[in-house]
Amino acid sequence: MKTNQFSSSSSSSPSDRRIGALLRHLTAETDADRVSSVFASPTSGGTGGSVFAHLVQAPEDPILGVTVAYNKDPSPIKLNLGVGAYRTEEGKPLVLNVVRKAEQQLVNDRSRIKEYLPIVGLGEFNKLSAKLILGADSPAIRENRVTTVECLSGTGSLRVGGEFLARHYHQKTIYIPQPTWGNHPKIFTLAGLSVKTYRYYDPSTRGLNFQGLLEDLGAAPQGSIVLLHACAHNPTGVDPTLEQWEQIRKLMRSKGLMPFFDSAYQGFASGSLDTDAKPIRMFVADGGELLVAQSYAKNMGLYGERVGALSIVCKAADVAGRVESQLKLVIRPMYSNPPIHGASIVAVILRDRNLFNEWTLELKAMADRIISMRKQLFEALRSRGTPGDWTHIIKQIGMFTFTGLNPAQVAFMTKEYHIYMTSDGRISMAGLSSKTVPHLADAIHAVVTKAV
Amino acid sequence: MSMMAMTIRNSASRGTMMSRQIYGLRSMSSWWKNVEPAPKDPILGVTEAFLADPSPDKVNVGVGAYRDDNGKPVVLDCVREAERRIAGTSFMEYLPMGGSVKMVDETLKLAYGDNSEFIKDKRIAAVQSLSGTGACRLFADFQKRFRPDSQIYIPVPTWSNHHNIWRDAQVTQKTYHYYHPETKGLDFSGLMDDVKNAPEGSFFLLHACAHNPTGVDPTEEQWREISQLFKAKKHFAFFDMAYQGFASGDPERDAKSIRIFLEDGHHIGISQSYAKNMGLYGQRVGCLSVLCEDEKQAVTVKSQLQQLARPMYSNPPLHGAQIVSTILGDPELKSLWLKEVKVMADRIIGMRTSLRESLEKLGSPLSWEHVTKQIGMFCYSGMTPEQVDRLTSEYHIYMTRNGRISMAGVTTGNVGYLANAIHEVTKSS
Repeated sequence: MKTNQFSSSSSSSPSDRRIGALLRHLTAETDADRVSSVFASPTSGGTGGSVFAHLVQAPEDPILGVTVAYNKDPSPIKLNLGVGAYRTEEGKPLVLNVVRKAEQQLVNDRSRIKEYLPIVGLGEFNKLSAKLILGADSPAIRENRVTTVECLSGTGSLRVGGEFLARHYHQKTIYIPQPTWGNHPKIFTLAGLSVKTYRYYDPSTRGLNFQGLLEDLGAAPQGSIVLLHACAHNPTGVDPTLEQWEQIRKLMRSKGLMPFFDSAYQGFASGSLDTDAKPIRMFVADGGELLVAQSYAKNMGLYGERVGALSIVCKAADVAGRVESQLKLVIRPMYSNPPIHGASIVAVILRDRNLFNEWTLELKAMADRIISMRKQLFEALRSRGTPGDWTHIIKQIGMFTFTGLNPAQVAFMTKEYHIYMTSDGRISMAGLSSKTVPHLADAIHAVVTKAV
Repeated sequence: MSMMAMTIRNSASRGTMMSRQIYGLRSMSSWWKNVEPAPKDPILGVTEAFLADPSPDKVNVGVGAYRDDNGKPVVLDCVREAERRIAGTSFMEYLPMGGSVKMVDETLKLAYGDNSEFIKDKRIAAVQSLSGTGACRLFADFQKRFRPDSQIYIPVPTWSNHHNIWRDAQVTQKTYHYYHPETKGLDFSGLMDDVKNAPEGSFFLLHACAHNPTGVDPTEEQWREISQLFKAKKHFAFFDMAYQGFASGDPERDAKSIRIFLEDGHHIGISQSYAKNMGLYGQRVGCLSVLCEDEKQAVTVKSQLQQLARPMYSNPPLHGAQIVSTILGDPELKSLWLKEVKVMADRIIGMRTSLRESLEKLGSPLSWEHVTKQIGMFCYSGMTPEQVDRLTSEYHIYMTRNGRISMAGVTTGNVGYLANAIHEVTKSS
């Protein structure tokens, strides 16, 4: 444990303790040793030195930090299974053909300007995004009950939605699944909500702990917010069946729990946009309200352009209008208005019948490659006689597999095999290829058969 | 037809698979029924109103976005060329949390100087930000987290969103005197008094150049005095520089205030934006930097800034950053950019002269000297909200109600109409 001159203070004020607690909460990952407390003194600094001299260095982000470490590794056989960015069979990033076409269209159109978008973003993009996730024939859209704002990918959509809830919703607690994407708790905490968890993953079956989920949501106070992964749960890849979703919906509606969907993989999970949106549409179909954060990072490969949308489905059109006006008050002091480029690419693709169809084919190809990697890895472990039940590899869905490996085993795989993943044992299947599956299978076999 | 009846009818007519579950409707009404309609943003709401106006004579001198002499938005040639080079080559991967290193490096040179010792010594913690707004917000959040008992002193007046930003970051705000309505210039003694009376070690927001909304900047001499007083009071200076190059036409000159503070040894913070000076408004490209004691501290501070960015948007958008790096990294393109910035600045300076002369020719009883003394995109006309309302309702001229005119929206084609309208609503005052 790195000792820190500020970690034991005899004079910590309430604000110091609050900051310390906040920071411990925010930085608490699997490795508690990396947490350092921050001592904020009102009177330090100002003697010619920096007013921020008391800061200690923040730990690397647990997910993005994996790529940082991978890049530093000089080994020629290294494998990056960390961050969820799609790779081709050749291990290269992929820009979809439809995206390149859209790009060309944009750059060739000399009438295009770079003016500020409205605070809510590109109008056409918002409409098309709502249709994409809710369905073109969605009653909520027809009845003008949906407000959609362009945000900075999934992260930005979740943050804006969270801030809105913290200001305007009567319940300030959000329940997130255990486990979930590492950034979720930080986003909602900074948004002003208090974060609790509900049981989700069952390590013994490597599947859904459905009973635990129902119990925990059933015990949540009336009106609590519940974060739901629309499909391809991150990091586990474990999704409820449609029958289970229906039970979840009934339970949530009976307790007035507010659904907040995170949809980062629509189309990427099963290969079908409509199939992957089904859980959300089931909730919309009952006429109730919900929030949904959409990301185009993976399914359109627009990662770095930060394209996403937050939609809030309301009971009535005038409510949707007022909600939109309040969303603007959250956005304006954060970044004024969202970036234009990525949203423009999406709009070009979604509005054009041919480009849209082409996109669905490219999307299916990506999903199919990942499903194929799952099969190959499963076969490779089976053929090596690796002990244990590895069927979860082919049962889980989406970009990630929750291997079930523990942090010590993960560290071993990194050290001995130069395989990089997050310490919770999550691997990005998108980072695998037919060529590298054997290497990974060897590593898993080695770490499971040795006593670590 | 009631919502419930409509839903049931839809359900029956579409034969939905299961009996339409109306659990959602059972709870009486929306969870959001208590949500009040928010007021329109005072600045961005102006353009909305302008767009909705069908009058052929309408003039938009509201939001600060540059227009050419035909009143058209401009995409700089250097930007078009940069985009041409980028299209088809970018892999669109995530940038690091701190953004594009290349773009940040070039951006720091603009603010701190090409040969800045601080850049050489790696003493600057810097991250790509969502334009100026994002840089200010990141800094405000950072200030709140690590100096939670500090306050921010904000000039009166200032860009209205500054108040929103520090409020949402939950940093206590105070104000300091800045604009002198009687002279339509700087209230220097008021400013210095407030700086002197603020508690030692206070945080101050300063506009590096082309103050928004007044266009009133301290002289070089005044900046030096302000810097000296800041030293004596051990205050922290945070510069919002949204108009570098746009004010005088010369980026080096426009950074003078910052350079003075750096020479005097202050550890400052800077928000930089490429919205106006590169015309990249909607791309949201900017940079937040904090000058630290040494390289180690810079690494530390940067890591903490990234911790604030991650739960807000994870990493900043790529495209705008690529445009900036492409331009600033290529001597020819950079030189073209500097020329184009000067053209924009010169046109605005020319319009200031035209507007003032037109008003004087109309025999206005008031002094319009401030129109040419003020600098940058905006002219703080001194008109009252009521006069502004008349301009809008009678002449279809749109500006913010504080009387701020965006000179970028003035053209040789509309300056006469504008001058006449202003004269009409102000001649009896």
